[in-house]
This record gives sequence, C-alpha cells and structure tokens, in this order.
Amino acid sequence: MTGQSPPNSRRRLILIERLSENILPILVFIAALAIWEALVWVKAIPPYILPAPSRIATTLLADWETLSASLFVTLRITFAALFAAMIGGVGLAIIFTQWKWAERSFFPFAVILQVTPIVAIAPLLLVYLDSSLAVLTCAFLVAFFPILSNTALGLASADRHLVDLFQLYRASRWQELLWLRLPAALPYFLGGLRIGGGLALIGAIVAEIAAGSAGQGAGLAFRIVESGYRLNIPRMFAALFLISVTGIAIFLAFSFLSHLLLGRWHESAHKGER
Amino acid sequence: MTAAPLVQLHNIGKSFANGVVALEGLNLTIQSGDFLSLLGPSGCGKSTALRLIADLSSPSLGRIEWPQGEQARQKIGFVFQDSTLMPWTSVFNNVFLPLRLAGVRKSEADYRIHEALDLVGLRAFESAFPGELSGGMKMRASIARALIQRPQLLLMDEPFAALDEITRVKLNNDLLYLKAELGMTIVFVTHSVYESVYLSNRIAVFASRPGRIVRMIEIDAPYPRDLNFRHSALYAQCCKTASEALQGAMSLEDQL
Ligand SMILES: Nc1ncnc2c1ncn2[C@@H]1O[C@H](COP(=O)(O)OP(=O)(O)OP(=O)(O)O)[C@@H](O)[C@H]1O
Ligand SMILES: [Mg+2]
Repeated sequence: MTGQSPPNSRRRLILIERLSENILPILVFIAALAIWEALVWVKAIPPYILPAPSRIATTLLADWETLSASLFVTLRITFAALFAAMIGGVGLAIIFTQWKWAERSFFPFAVILQVTPIVAIAPLLLVYLDSSLAVLTCAFLVAFFPILSNTALGLASADRHLVDLFQLYRASRWQELLWLRLPAALPYFLGGLRIGGGLALIGAIVAEIAAGSAGQGAGLAFRIVESGYRLNIPRMFAALFLISVTGIAIFLAFSFLSHLLLGRWHESAHKGER
Repeated sequence: MTAAPLVQLHNIGKSFANGVVALEGLNLTIQSGDFLSLLGPSGCGKSTALRLIADLSSPSLGRIEWPQGEQARQKIGFVFQDSTLMPWTSVFNNVFLPLRLAGVRKSEADYRIHEALDLVGLRAFESAFPGELSGGMKMRASIARALIQRPQLLLMDEPFAALDEITRVKLNNDLLYLKAELGMTIVFVTHSVYESVYLSNRIAVFASRPGRIVRMIEIDAPYPRDLNFRHSALYAQCCKTASEALQGAMSLEDQL
C-alpha cells in the first residue's frame, strides 16, 4: 500500500503549488489594500489627499453613470484606433513584403512616426483636427507601428524550406502569401496586437489629457483632468482604477485570443505542459 | 536495370554572389530507376546540386537536360532534413499541399491523400498537428507529401540525419519498400557511408572547393535488401570502398 502513496502525495504537492500560484498574488493584493485602508483611517488622512479604497469603491458606484459613460467613450476610441491600426498595419506589412520598393520608400516614415513621442504630436493634431478625431489619430499612431513591424517580421520569417517547397510546386505569389506567409506571421501579428492594444489605450489617454478641457469626448482621461480641477480626488482614483482594469482586460483578452488561435501549434501558447 | 537517362547534368558550375564557387565541372547522369546517393564532406555542394535539379536555383555554367521530356521535371518530390511541415495545420492538409497548389479540390484529393498516408503508415494520424508527432512520424508525413503527386524523381536532402539510429534504420527499409512499390528514381544526399551503401545502387562521392564528383561507386547488390545484406561481406566491402573514397575526397581538400 505504501508503494501507492507517492502519486497521492505528489498530487497534493501539485495542488499546493497551484493554490500558491493563483492565490498568493491575490492575497498580497488584498493585504496591500487592507494596509492602505488602515493607514488612511489611523492617520486620518482626508479623502482629498488620499482616499481609502472603500471610499474609491463607493465613489465608483455613486458616480457610475458618469464614469461608465466615460469608460465607454475611452473603450470605443481605443478599439476603433486598434481596429484601424490592425487593418493599416497588416495591409502595409503585406504591401511591404509583396513589393520591396514600397518597403524601402515608406518604412522610414513609419519609424519617424514611431520614435516621435506621442505627447509631442498630440497638441499639433489638436490644432488640425477636431478633438475626438485627434484623440483617435493619436491612439491609432501608437498602436499602428508594433502591429506593422511585427507582422512584417512574421511575413518575412516563413521557413526557408517551405518557401522552396511552394516554389517547387509553382505556387503563385498570392497562394504563397495566403497559405504560407500569413499563417506563419500569425503569432507575430498577435504579439503585435497585444502590444498595440495596450498602446492604443495609452495613446487615447495621453491625447485626451493634452486636449484637456477642450475635449468634448469626455473619456476617462477627461474625467481625471476634470476631477483634478475640482479636487475630487476619490473620483480621480475611481477613473484611474477603470483605466487600469481596461488595460488589464485588453491584455488578457488578446492573450486568450492567442491561446485560442495558436493553441495547437505554437510554442508561445504551450503553458509548459509537455 | 534498363539504363535510360532521366536527368543529365552537363559541366555544371554554380557560384554565388559572395564569390563562393559551390560547384565546378559537375557531370552527372541520373538513370531512371536509380537510387543514387550523393556522399561528401559538409559544404561540398550536395544541397546546391539538388536545388539545381529541382530548378529552385539556376546554374551559372553548363546545362541540365531532361532526355525523356519535361513532364518528369514538372513533378519532382523534395524532402528536406527537417521535415518542413506547416505547423499550423493537420497532417492531412500538409500532405494535401502540392495538390492544393495545383488547384485540386479537397474532395477530389481525399482518396489520394489517404492512399499516401497509408503508404507511410500515418493514416491514423491524419488529423494530428505536426507538433504532436515524433521526429520519425514527421518525416513520414513529409515523405507522403513528396509522393502525393507520384513524382518520377524524388530528391532527398539528408532526410534522416536528425533521427535516432533505430528510427533511421526503420525509415531506410520503408524507403526501399516505397521505391519498390512506386518505382520512382531517388537522389539521396547523406553524410553516412553506411546509409548510402545500404540504400543505393550508385554512390557519387563529392569533394569540395570546388564541389565536384571525384568517384562513382556501383553497389552491385540486388534489391530487395534487408538485414542479410547489412551482415554480408559485400556490404562490408562496399562500405570500405566508399569510406576510402570519402577519405580520399577529404584529403584532396587538405592539400589546398
Ligand atoms: N545562397 C547561398 N549564398 C552563398 N553561398 C552559398 C549559398 N548556398 C550555399 N552556399 C555555399 O555553397 C557551398 C555549398 O553549399 P551546400 O549547401 O550545397 O553544401 P552541402 O554539401 O549541402 O553541405 P552540407 O553537407 O553541410 O549540407 C557552401 O560553401 C555554402 O556556404
Ligand atoms: Mg546540405
């Protein structure tokens, strides 16, 4: 009977490992919140300096109507920008790989756009475009480059021998693109999308803050600026909280998408299971 | 064996843009039904020669002739050292690839794909993804894909070099079986003297810098070949001959 015990104790070990893997970070997070809450109460810090987590939560509920409307605006801009960046990035990457001269001529522009800090372009865009379009453009510009460069890299890194094979079987350029280069680029594209998703949110927030009171879009960043003017610090924190949650949700959603699409073949989707 | 030339390489030279002369003065006739091995040190231009035959690259000098007409040239099977499967799709779709590119519909190809998978013993794994297969099974899938068009000529570039000894011996026998079944001509690149002697009826020994054939060895043993051949005096004799020829080719290099 004792001979049977190792698998059992091993299973218990794995269970403990799992628990600590998932529960530990949550516990630490809760502890941090508790300390914060306690600190605010003990030191009697006024909410216009540092609101307690409970106060932020009640503000979030009380102002939900305003905040959720702003969340929706920010989400709409982020996803519209991301969608445009996806179409533009993938489209341009395909054009780059199909026509080398296009890559040589246009890639420098993409790089210039990328290395110029978005905060520096935002005021200029606000001069030329109406504020909601300017915010959208900012978010698009930052999300566009990682998607373009990752997809272009992916399209160019199809297995050399598979390329030979397609040539051997006299595949047309479009067959090669459709059945070899695009699937080979998928993991790279998804990596770019994950980065681009986070950046689109940042771009939208930065542009909205630059727009300041001129912004009529009233996204989450506008709420932060507005709360700052009114010294409504709990609401500022509540808006900040929503932005963080949005960022995390975007990242998780794209990780999950990668897992769905690459699950059966790509290394990056294997979670160490062998 | 009826000796009808399938491909003839006349005085082929190949140099690359970086100045490397990969082949020079290469003359080679591949007969229909040959199992020809190309044996030689690393970098002597064996892969380059295969790519030239497959028309994946063109010679800088000389010409390649197909005396029996172009149709053999239109259908060439190619197997690489790494199995070169598309990791994002099933074994079935991988084997389907050559037909798909030729515009054949899946419903029409179905029967032929299953036949090819049966030949290599992978029928049960048609819906598996390459990442779920062992090295030997991946290579079988790759061979099935190369055979799906029933090519007259099958080019193999060190196909079993990355496999363990046991799998390799098994696949050697399976390859001989497939050749006997389907009757294609095979050009087989290898670094292994033993493998080349076991499989081929002729071995072309290459030397490098510049790459060329320095010795042609005939293996006068009948097919089918099996373990008895591996243990025969003739096999040992041929291995010795091939090994000495390879040593000779490599010492030519040292003199430079
Ligand atoms: N595309 C290329 N551009 C430049 N040089 C090349 C290219 N392909 C091959 N070579 C060179 O040509 C020579 C022959 O290469 P090849 O791959 O044909 O050798 P090989 O006999 O197949 O070697 P191995 O046994 O290592 O596979 C080598 O010196 C190699 O560096
Ligand atoms: Mg080689």
